[in-house]
Amino acid sequence: MKINKKQLNFILLGVLLSLALTIVVASPVNAQDPTPSDDDVNAIAKQLYCPVCENIPLDACGTQACIQWRGIIRDKLAEGWSEKEIKQYFVDQYGDRVLAEPPRRGLNWLVYIVPPIAFLAGAYVLYKGFRTWKAAEDSQGVEKKRNIADMPKEEVDEYILQLEAELKNR
Amino acid sequence: MKKLLVWGGLAALLIIVAIGLNRAQQGQVGVGEKAPDFTLTTFDGEAYRLKDLRGQVVVINFWASWCETCKTEAADLENAWRTYQPRGDVLFLGVDYVDTEPDAKAYLAEFDITYPNGPDKRTKISQAYRIQGVPETFIIDKNGKIVHVQIGPFRSYEEIVSYIEPLLNK
Amino acid sequence: MAADIGYGSLIIAFLASLYGVGAAIYGERGKDNRWVESARKAMLLTFPLLTIAVVSIIYLILTDQFQVNYVAQVSSRNMPLYLKVSALWGSQAGSLVFWSWLLAAFASAVTLRKWDRDRDLLPWVIVVASGTLAFFLFLNVFFENPFTRLWQTAEGVTTAMIAPGNAIPFVPRDGQGLNPLLRHPGMVIHPPTLYLGFVAFIIPYAFAIASLIAGRTDDRWIRVTRKWTLWAWLFLSLGLVLGARWAYDVLGWGGYWGWDPVEISAFMPWLTGTAFLHSVMIQEKRSMFKQWNMVLIILTYDLVIFGTFLTRSGVLSSVHSFAQSAIGPLFFVFIVLTLGGSIGLLMYRWETLKSKNSLSSFFSREALFLLNNLLFVGILVTSFWGVIFPLISEIVTGQKVTVGPPFYERATAPLFGGLMLLMGVAPLSAWGYSSWKTLGRSLWKPFLASLLAVVAVFALGIWEPWYAVIAFWLVGFVITVTVYEFWRGSMSRMRRLGESFFTALWKLVTRYRRRYGGYIIHVSMILMALGIIGIEIFQTETQGTLAQGENLRLGAYTMTYDRLDNFDADNGSRNVARAVVSVSKDGEEVAELYPRRDFYYDSQQPATIPGVHSTLADDFYVILVDWEPVSESGATFKAYHNPLVKWLWIGSWAFLFGIILTAWPEKKEKRGLA
Repeated sequence: MKINKKQLNFILLGVLLSLALTIVVASPVNAQDPTPSDDDVNAIAKQLYCPVCENIPLDACGTQACIQWRGIIRDKLAEGWSEKEIKQYFVDQYGDRVLAEPPRRGLNWLVYIVPPIAFLAGAYVLYKGFRTWKAAEDSQGVEKKRNIADMPKEEVDEYILQLEAELKNR
Repeated sequence: MKKLLVWGGLAALLIIVAIGLNRAQQGQVGVGEKAPDFTLTTFDGEAYRLKDLRGQVVVINFWASWCETCKTEAADLENAWRTYQPRGDVLFLGVDYVDTEPDAKAYLAEFDITYPNGPDKRTKISQAYRIQGVPETFIIDKNGKIVHVQIGPFRSYEEIVSYIEPLLNK
Repeated sequence: MAADIGYGSLIIAFLASLYGVGAAIYGERGKDNRWVESARKAMLLTFPLLTIAVVSIIYLILTDQFQVNYVAQVSSRNMPLYLKVSALWGSQAGSLVFWSWLLAAFASAVTLRKWDRDRDLLPWVIVVASGTLAFFLFLNVFFENPFTRLWQTAEGVTTAMIAPGNAIPFVPRDGQGLNPLLRHPGMVIHPPTLYLGFVAFIIPYAFAIASLIAGRTDDRWIRVTRKWTLWAWLFLSLGLVLGARWAYDVLGWGGYWGWDPVEISAFMPWLTGTAFLHSVMIQEKRSMFKQWNMVLIILTYDLVIFGTFLTRSGVLSSVHSFAQSAIGPLFFVFIVLTLGGSIGLLMYRWETLKSKNSLSSFFSREALFLLNNLLFVGILVTSFWGVIFPLISEIVTGQKVTVGPPFYERATAPLFGGLMLLMGVAPLSAWGYSSWKTLGRSLWKPFLASLLAVVAVFALGIWEPWYAVIAFWLVGFVITVTVYEFWRGSMSRMRRLGESFFTALWKLVTRYRRRYGGYIIHVSMILMALGIIGIEIFQTETQGTLAQGENLRLGAYTMTYDRLDNFDADNGSRNVARAVVSVSKDGEEVAELYPRRDFYYDSQQPATIPGVHSTLADDFYVILVDWEPVSESGATFKAYHNPLVKWLWIGSWAFLFGIILTAWPEKKEKRGLA
C-alpha cells in the first residue's frame, strides 16, 4: 500500500516536472539604435488605442490612421521623447480614450475602486452570513460532533469515511 | 430599506444604459438646433470661437488626412471658399479629426487649402457635434443655427454653393 | 417564392408563440387543461415553422438569389458551400432567426418531456419560453426581416417585402460576400455553439420562474433542469473557447482574448452560470440558499439578453458589433420587463423561499462553494463595471475612455487565483463536515507534493514575476489534489471490493460521473489556465522588415524569409500573398510556415492568417504585417513567442470530454449492478 502511494507520488512529480520543463522564457535583444526599431514603436503602440478602430491596440491595427500614428511614435522616439511624453502627447491630441485604462483622476477613480469595494462588501455580507449560519448549526447539531482524538489515525480522516460511506451506499 | 436599495441600484444601472442607448441612436446634431460653441486653434496658432462669429455664415468641415472620401470634396470646398472669401460674411473652418500634424499639413498643402484649419484636440468638437465619421459638414447661418448637415462628401462645387447662397442675404 | 414562404412561416411562428403565452395563462387561470395542452402544441409548432424559415434562408443563399437583400449582403457566388450555410448567421437578421430557431428547438424538446410530476410548472414554462421566443420573432417580423427584396424605383434601390409602386425587382450581379474575418471554420461553429449556450440557459430560467409563480419552494426545478444547465454551460464554454481559437488563428494579433466589451458580454452569463452550477449543489444536498440560486439564474438569463442587446444595439462600439439598428430600444424594454418582473416575483416569494441555513464550519464544502460564488460574482461585477464605465464617463464628464485589458487583468487575476485555490481545496472538504483540522489533515500531503511544482519552476530559472510562480504553484496544487482524489477513490474501492486499480478507477469515474466528471473539468480548466499563464505573462514579440534570405530572431527561434507565392484561390474570389518562412530553433530547422494575406475581391477586404509552429512548450507565431507592402524582395513580419499556449487548447478538449462524461444521460439499468 505504502509503496503504491510513493510510486504515484513519483509519477505525479514526473508529470509536474515535465509540465514545468516545457516553460521556456524568451527575451528579445533590445539594442538602443539611433533610429527607433519596429519593436520600440510597437512597445508604445501596444499600450494605445485609436478611436477609429474600436478596441484594437495600435500595434495590431491596419487602418491608415493607425499607420500614421505609428509614424508619429517613431518620429517622436527619434527626437528623443520618452514613452511617458509620447503617451501624454497622444492624450492631449486625441483624448483619454487612447489609453488602455482611464487615467487615475477625478471620476475615473470610480472604475478602480468600485470592484474592490463591491467585493469586500460581498465578502463582509458572506462573513456575517457564515457567523449566523454557524451559530444555527452549533445550536442544533451538537450530536454530530465526534471525539476525534479517540479514533485510530487512519479512521480520523473524516473525508475517507465519508467517501467510503458514499461508495458503500451506492 | 433593502428593497429600496435593490430597486434603486437596478434603476440607476438601467438609466445609464438608457442614456447610452439614446446617445447611440441620436445621430448628429440636427438641422434647426443651435450650433454647439467651440474654440478651434488652427495649425498656424490663430483661435476662432464660434460664438464670436455671429453675423457670418460658418461652414464647419470635419475631415482627416487618412480619409479617402474627404479628398473627393477638398478641391470643391476650397473653390467655394475662394468664391466667398472676399465678401467677408462667410467663413470656412476645417476641423481635423484624430489626425497627425505632419500628414494633415501635407494634405492642406496638396489641395492648396487656404481657409483656417486646426486639429480637433481631444475630439471635443466632434463629440459636441456627435459626428459619426468623416467627412461631415455643418452649415451654420448668421444667427448660429444649423441649417444643413452634410454626411459624407459634397459631390460638387455647385452643391456647396446651393446651401450657402440662400443664407447670405438674411 | 422561397422568401414569401420563409416570411410567412416567421409570421405564423410569431403568432403561434404569442398564442402559446395567451393560451397557457388563460388555461392556468381557468384551470382548463385543454388550453394548456393547446399552448403546448403551439409551442411545438414553432419549431417546424422556424425550420422552414431557416431552410428558406439557406435555400436562398445556396441558389444565389441576390434580389433578397440579406443574401446580397452576406453571400456571393464564389463562396464555398460551408460558408454559404454559415452566412445564415453572418449578419443581424439571419442570426436572429437562427437564435429563434434554436430556442424553438429547446422549448419544443422541453414540452415533450413527461410532465406528470410538474403539471403545475408546465403553463409557466411555456409562458416564459414562448414569451422570449415571441420577442425575438417580433424583432424579425417587424424590424429585421431577412426576406426583404431589393427594388429599383425612380429614386433608387430600396428594400421591401412587397413591390412598391412602379418598382421593378433589382438583382445585383453578385453579393458582397461574407466578412473575410468570418470566413474561417472556427467562425462557422463559434456562433452556433455560443447561441446554443445562450438559448439553453433560458430553459432553467423558465423553470425557475415557473416555480416562483407556482409558489413551489422545493428544489424540483433544479433537479429537472440539471442536465439542461450542464449542456447550456457546455455550449457556452465551448463557444467562448472556439471564439478564442478563432481570434488566435485569424485576427492576427497573437492573442486569443482582448477583453472587448462584446467578448465580456458573452463571458458574463458564463460567470453566473458557473456559479449557479456550483451553488445548486448546496440546495440539492442541504436545501439551503434557495433565494440565492434564484438570483443567479435570473442574472444569467438577463445577462444573456443584455449581451445580445449590447452586441446588436450599437450602445458600445466593438469589433464584434452588428451594424447599428433600430432594435436597441426594443431590447432595452425587454430587459427592463424581464429583469423587473423576475426580481419583483422573487421578492414576492422571498419569505417563502427562506431556508434554515446552517454551516458546521467555514471549511465545509458548502462554505467553500459560497466562497466560489463570491469570487465568480466578483469577476462578474468587475467585468460589468468595466463594460459600463465608459458610458458613465461619457455621460458625466463628456470624456470618452477605454477600459482595456490591463484593467481587467489586474482586477480579475487575484480572483481567478482564488478560484484555482478553491479548486484545490474544496474537493478535500466534505459536506456539512470538515473543520479546519480535518481539512488540514487531508491537505498537507498534496500541499507538500505541489511545492515540487515551485521547485521545478525555480529550477527552470523562473524567479519572477512572483505572481507567475504562485500561478504555477496553483496549477501544480490543483493537479496534485485532483490526482490524489482519483487515487483515494480507487484505493477505497480496491479495499472494499477487491477490484484491480484500473477497474476501480474506471468504475469510479463511470459510476460517479458528476463528481469525477467535475474533477476532470477542474483539471481541464487548470490546463487552460496553464496556457493562459504562459501567453499572458511570458509572451514576447518582435517585428522586422526582411528581404529574401534575411532572418529575424526571437528568443531561441530564428525565422528566414524564403520566398513569396502570389496566386488567386477559390475560383478567383480571393488573392493570396503567401510567404514561405523557415523556422529554426537553436540552429536546427523545425518548421516551414506560411503566413499569408488574403484579399477578398467581393468585399474588398484583407484578412491576415498567421503561420504557427506549435509545440507543447511554446508556439512560434508569424504574421505578415498587412499594412506594409508584401513583395518578393521584401516583407514585414511580426513574430510572437507564446509559451505554453497549446495547453489552452488541450485543456479545451479535456474539458469537452469531462463535461460530456458528466452530462451524458444516465443508463437506467445500471442501478441494479452497483
